Amino acid sequence: MGAYEGGLSMHSIIDAFQFIGDNLHFMLTKTLEHLALSGAAIAVALVIAIPLGVTLGHLHKGSFLAINASNIGRALPSLAIISIGIGILGIGFINVMVAMVVLAVPPMLTNAYVAVDGVDPDAVEAARAVGMSPGQVLWTVEIPLAVPLMFAGIRTGAVYVVATATLAAIAGGGGLGDVIVNQASYGTAGVIAGALMVTALAFLVEGLFAVIQRLLTPRALRHEEGPAELLAPVVEAT
Amino acid sequence: MQGVPDPGSAAAAIEFRAATKRYPGREAPAVRELSLSVPAGEICVLIGPSGSGKTTAMKMVNRLIDITEGDITVGGQSVRSLDLTELRRGIGYVFQQIGLFPHMSVEDNIGTVPRLLGWPKQRIRDRVGELLELVGLEQSDAKRYPGQFSGGQRQRIGVARAMAADQPIMLMDEPFGAVDPIARDRLQNDFLRLHAEVRKTVIFVTHDIDEAIKMGHRMAILRDGELVQYGTPDEILATPANDFIADFVGADRGLKRLLLRKLAEIELSPAANGERDDLPTIEEDTCLRDALSMMVTQRVSALTVLGTGGERRGTVSMESLAHFADLDRADTEVEA
Amino acid sequence: MLAQLALPIAQGGGPVIPTFNRGSDCVRENRQFCWDWFSSHWSSTFQPRLIEHIELTAIAVGIGFVIAFVAALAAYRWDWAVNPATAVFALLYTIPSLAFFQLMVPFTGLTRLSAEIALVSYTLLILFRNMLTGLREVPPDALEAAQAMGLTRRQTLWRVELPLALPAIMAGIRIATVTTISLATVAAFIGVGGLGEPIFNAIQDGFKTQFIAAGVLAVLLALVTDALLVVLQRVLSPWARTRAA
Repeated sequence: MGAYEGGLSMHSIIDAFQFIGDNLHFMLTKTLEHLALSGAAIAVALVIAIPLGVTLGHLHKGSFLAINASNIGRALPSLAIISIGIGILGIGFINVMVAMVVLAVPPMLTNAYVAVDGVDPDAVEAARAVGMSPGQVLWTVEIPLAVPLMFAGIRTGAVYVVATATLAAIAGGGGLGDVIVNQASYGTAGVIAGALMVTALAFLVEGLFAVIQRLLTPRALRHEEGPAELLAPVVEAT
Repeated sequence: MQGVPDPGSAAAAIEFRAATKRYPGREAPAVRELSLSVPAGEICVLIGPSGSGKTTAMKMVNRLIDITEGDITVGGQSVRSLDLTELRRGIGYVFQQIGLFPHMSVEDNIGTVPRLLGWPKQRIRDRVGELLELVGLEQSDAKRYPGQFSGGQRQRIGVARAMAADQPIMLMDEPFGAVDPIARDRLQNDFLRLHAEVRKTVIFVTHDIDEAIKMGHRMAILRDGELVQYGTPDEILATPANDFIADFVGADRGLKRLLLRKLAEIELSPAANGERDDLPTIEEDTCLRDALSMMVTQRVSALTVLGTGGERRGTVSMESLAHFADLDRADTEVEA
Repeated sequence: MLAQLALPIAQGGGPVIPTFNRGSDCVRENRQFCWDWFSSHWSSTFQPRLIEHIELTAIAVGIGFVIAFVAALAAYRWDWAVNPATAVFALLYTIPSLAFFQLMVPFTGLTRLSAEIALVSYTLLILFRNMLTGLREVPPDALEAAQAMGLTRRQTLWRVELPLALPAIMAGIRIATVTTISLATVAAFIGVGGLGEPIFNAIQDGFKTQFIAAGVLAVLLALVTDALLVVLQRVLSPWARTRAA
């Protein structure tokens, strides 16, 4: 069992905090790397998923693709995708990015599609009846009403990316994963420290998006959610 | 409906004894000291405007709503003293939303209470077959699922389910309210036909006065939780107890009385051969109101009544019909 | 970068380090995918890892199901329990997997127990949520009929509520299982085997076939399991497929 022994529990946690204190600059750099990697992947995924999902939903086409994308995407083991990516593209930043985008797109795409496709048809009809062009209908009616559900998908994808970025370390992506997998260089304390920080980061991102989602939801559509609901990522039950 | 049928062997009388239901925080009780007797084998209709307490009163019988004061007895036994589960297994319950179990086949739905009572499988299967025929469904429907049927058909299954264990009484809460008028008419007719065979004691809640008149041996009209009048439809139509009842049953209550009888049930003027050959004919199985309607539209004041074989049974005059529509006089005697 | 990685190596099976000066052309040149290498290493490497992976998943989902089931029944019965339970399960779900596994190690060591604790934790939120939603969406008229017909609370639960909640429960099991398969690949990092192990080992020598083989196997396992569970779901709820006349 090497350096890990059961009796070290609380001590290890304290050591970890010590480690963070001693190596603050380093840990912060790693955290920023992690965020940068995640942010890039989220941005690319957004650019791919949202316009596609919104368009398909607006046209009410491609439901099979849009809905099953999420089912399949959810099934894909993230590490396996990274692994296949390494096999094809080799070690490096691009490979990791590609893998993370592949994993983030499905929930964003599906939710964007379902959100726009499912906008109250009566509202859409009323908008058309007063003479709005399809583009105006989209921007003034469909998208605002679709925001809550769409944003839930973005939130799921974003949190997934932050978590998966941890694995990026094995593929040369950098970030906090580097610390977590490297017990030899950073010791038990470092590994625990990395784990704690990435957990905190995940919570922060989750909370941030939850708050943004809440703010972006038109007041009339807000359900009274308790803190537990805000905290929990939205998972579909298809 | 007229006449009291013989109670079936498996029917029990229901009696309300000053039954009262009070909800905390509300001053007026939902049901106030309701007392009435439903003889075994009869259909008693509870009717009244919204908030009259009719559904509450019915639900007190199987204690879906608890009795605050007073009592209700079924077959002489107080419902408060019986074990709740046993009580309910002895009462068939049919309501507007039907409540069939979507995950069970029709057969399993109907067999729910018999299964609970431990009936052997074959007996249950036989009973299901019997009931399907009784309610007007196909034997092949047994294996299908509720989702595959129309609203009217589902309610038939609901009725079958409520009778499966040959429960002595049935409670029906606006059971035919959710179907279209044509289906409702058929359901009502079929239920009356069924009831003539099985003779259970039924409490039937409705807000539709025409349905009440059609379905009930007796009617109880409630308002604001109190019983205003209890009697046969003919009694209530002929002699409403007060203005409220008179308004409630409708200004055409005289005509409504004519719905209650058929030509076959009344005494006719003898058919004189040769005379009055040119009168329009009508079958004896028609209700008096339809006979009156024909007289009005054909501008005659009498009709020749034909029997089931087409033979002449006699004639009926508008005068004699008017007699049955008389207000302020309920009678069972006939004068031509 | 690679040289710095020092991974705990699992016993049994051992690391697979192809020797580049032996073997076929494909192996020597480290081409994309060498079928010959894969098939020769199937029973020594991949099959046992696959079986380990299935075991890890099955245990996690099994235990998670029991815990979530009890919690869901409690929350269904007692409304106040919903928020605390959801909060706890959501908390556990948000912890990134690699971190969770690493955090377990000081407490329960490099054992299957550590891996299972983490894996079980990840199943709880979705299983709990789906079970609760399933129970709550039972049509109220069916419940009214059950009550009026004289079914006891327990009979109503087992004969009406749970069967009607089954589609939602199965959907939850499906999502939880597939998610666990995914997370179990990461569990190899703390040395418990599974399909993640060949992946981590492959990092040392960059042998492409190993990456792709392990990755594809994990993906196939996930997709096949997903499909099988969909079929199972349809089989268990035949009434959900019928449409009203």
